[in-house]
Amino acid sequence: MLDGFSAETLARVQFAFTVSFHIIFPAFSIGLASFLAVLNALYLKTRDETYLTLFTYWKKIFAVAFGMGVVSGIVMSYQFGTNWSVFSDRAGPIVGPLMAYEVLSAFFLEAGFLGIMLFGRERVGEKLHMFATAMVAFGTLMSATWILSVNSWMQTPAGYSINDVGQFVPEDWWQIVFNPSFPYRLVHMVLAAFLTTSLVVGAVGALHLLRDKTDREARRMFSMAMWMAAIVTPLQIFAGDLHGLNTLEHQPAKVMAMEGHYESHPHGAPLILFGIPNPEERRIDYAIEIPYASSLILRHQWDAPLDGLDTIPDDEEPPVAIVFFSFRVMVGLGFAMLGLGMWSLWARWKGTIFTSPRLHRAAILMGPSGFVAVLAGWITTEVGRQPYTVYGMLRTSESLAPVDAPAVAASLIAFIVVYFAVFGAGTFYILRMMNKRPATPKLGLRDGPIRTAGITPAPQIDTDFIPRA
Amino acid sequence: MLFDLAFIWAGLIAFAVMTYVILDGFDLGIGILFPFAKSEADRDLMMNSVAPVWDGNETWLVLGGGGLFAVFPLAYAVIMPALYIPITVMLLALVFRGVSFEYRWRVQNKGVWDIAFFGGSFLAALCQGIALGALVQGIEVTDRAYSGGWFDWLSPFSILTGVAVVIGYALLGATWIVLKTENDIQVQMRKWSWWLGAATLVLIGIISIVTPLLDPVYFDRWFNLPGSLWTMVVPLLMLGLIWKFFTGLNDQRDLQPFLCALGFFVVSFIGIGVSFYPMMVPPTLTIWDVAAPDSSLAFALVGAVILIPIILAYTAYAYWVFRGKMDPSEGYH
Repeated sequence: MLDGFSAETLARVQFAFTVSFHIIFPAFSIGLASFLAVLNALYLKTRDETYLTLFTYWKKIFAVAFGMGVVSGIVMSYQFGTNWSVFSDRAGPIVGPLMAYEVLSAFFLEAGFLGIMLFGRERVGEKLHMFATAMVAFGTLMSATWILSVNSWMQTPAGYSINDVGQFVPEDWWQIVFNPSFPYRLVHMVLAAFLTTSLVVGAVGALHLLRDKTDREARRMFSMAMWMAAIVTPLQIFAGDLHGLNTLEHQPAKVMAMEGHYESHPHGAPLILFGIPNPEERRIDYAIEIPYASSLILRHQWDAPLDGLDTIPDDEEPPVAIVFFSFRVMVGLGFAMLGLGMWSLWARWKGTIFTSPRLHRAAILMGPSGFVAVLAGWITTEVGRQPYTVYGMLRTSESLAPVDAPAVAASLIAFIVVYFAVFGAGTFYILRMMNKRPATPKLGLRDGPIRTAGITPAPQIDTDFIPRA
Repeated sequence: MLFDLAFIWAGLIAFAVMTYVILDGFDLGIGILFPFAKSEADRDLMMNSVAPVWDGNETWLVLGGGGLFAVFPLAYAVIMPALYIPITVMLLALVFRGVSFEYRWRVQNKGVWDIAFFGGSFLAALCQGIALGALVQGIEVTDRAYSGGWFDWLSPFSILTGVAVVIGYALLGATWIVLKTENDIQVQMRKWSWWLGAATLVLIGIISIVTPLLDPVYFDRWFNLPGSLWTMVVPLLMLGLIWKFFTGLNDQRDLQPFLCALGFFVVSFIGIGVSFYPMMVPPTLTIWDVAAPDSSLAFALVGAVILIPIILAYTAYAYWVFRGKMDPSEGYH
């Protein structure tokens, strides 16, 4: 089935596949953990039952997403060794300790306090329960911090030397952890996680508002989510711009691929809004351009010269088409999110935020957009780092484990089948929970409200599935 | 120098792996025993007895893998490709098992996820045992890389260790249920503990006899004077535990059989340590061959020294919060 592919290609596909699946869950759970902490704190402060209902509702969804994140994360921690053992040996002395810090300071914090957050409100009392909830949220943020430090070091390595067996050896841990691209990438990703969560929460709120405009929980969560979207999106676009400028400084080839600049522009480069990269002819076909805009954005001067991929040796070039398209998907969705946020502000000012079906439908449509944008963003930055694992220092083709192609192919197929089955089922269960009103007493299907004993195989009718006028 | 950073880290990684076995062993064991429960209510109870702690338990496996990557990158880079198939199967099995904790409550027919929970737990335990056996047999290394074939891990010995770990984890699971429950299921599991305990001990015995014969180096570690005086402490400890285990079951004690079963694992683990030291990847690579530079070891050690005691403290707290017999009516779903 996968004959003819090299072990390198298969291992790359396998890593891309497992890490893409994995990032979906943290992108959601980082934001959701903080949202839960806020809901619980607001409940304790105001004693408004709406917050408690929302907390209980999202807590159950969080548990399923978190479970998927844990198991897909365990896979990641072994994948470096099984498929990228040369990378592990060479970069291990630097990358390894950072990942160990992630496990020690974050995974344990989340996992240790999660049980108390989910099961323990009655057992430990409200104060300790609040503390556990906050620790889970803090743990997810710590986890993001360390893993982004690792990834950023691979993008912009610093503070190292190379020893006699070819390993990267730490010289200055401060420079390693706070490497040049780390602060930008961290801010960009954490905001992305918050935004992704707020779009999901907003979509679920909008769904229930479409069915019942008076649903108190739906109103509360939709309002909170739209505040978040309206405030965070502009910040995110600003942070993304700074991140791009940082990339231009340290990884210019990546920016050239993002911009689709095959050629250098000594007198000001155009911004290519859309087009189709043609790698053979080394040009962008059907390009729609704004003259000088790229120089204006990247150099803050309309006629500033910008180098193109013609200044980069061919064997150091990233694959242009993937980077070019994924970058446009991310930016396009970012502006759509901005549009939704502004629309919600307008509706709020007009007093129609809870009654405008068009806004609610738009919010539902935008529900998954955060995940797509996160994936597109990661594809841009990771594919843009190619052909290196440690940028400029260690090539991907030299990082590979000595495992033969058929073994990699077999495990790749196994991962694809299992991930689609298992995480497909999980996503289905999450969507089904989201489809129920927050005030539904028990979301687990089996222990839901009393049902007719099933003699007939016909699907059972759940009143929550029927939209209300 | 004996007490250098690499030595300390070898101890810490060994500690993490042992903690993983102690914590996740009973939790996987419950999965292995799942099909043998007499009713759905019993299965619910069994699963809920570990639901609040399972992700914390599995995090020790991440620390074992991540820690190896951090401080012994060469060992990580050699062992993982060598054990490619058992490790991959174990990871996929853990995926199935882990999600079953939540999914099982989200469907009308629990059957599918009951099977996933059993199959995942069983395969994960089997693969862990096989991986251990394959490591004890030795791994072929040339030029800082694994140089054997895909199926080198598969041998009668590794199958034997695989089966031993499955049975041993089932024993841990059974004694955990004795500790956490009452009535019928407790009576059933107490009886099972007896047989599982006997089977585990027979398997440990066979492995202990075979291991020194696999490699003359292992034989020397165990049977050379005056070292043997020390190594003989291991079987003596085992005898004491066996006595306590069976009398504990006979006297219908709740905690004692569980602690003794954990003791079997700890003593066996020490036994493996005696065979291995100072090798990290037998037969060629020692702890010092595979260690990262001191600057990496020191940096990671700061975090470990500060954070591991804190982790142990709140893990203990979480267990304390959920102590005592299970209440069948409790659950957050």
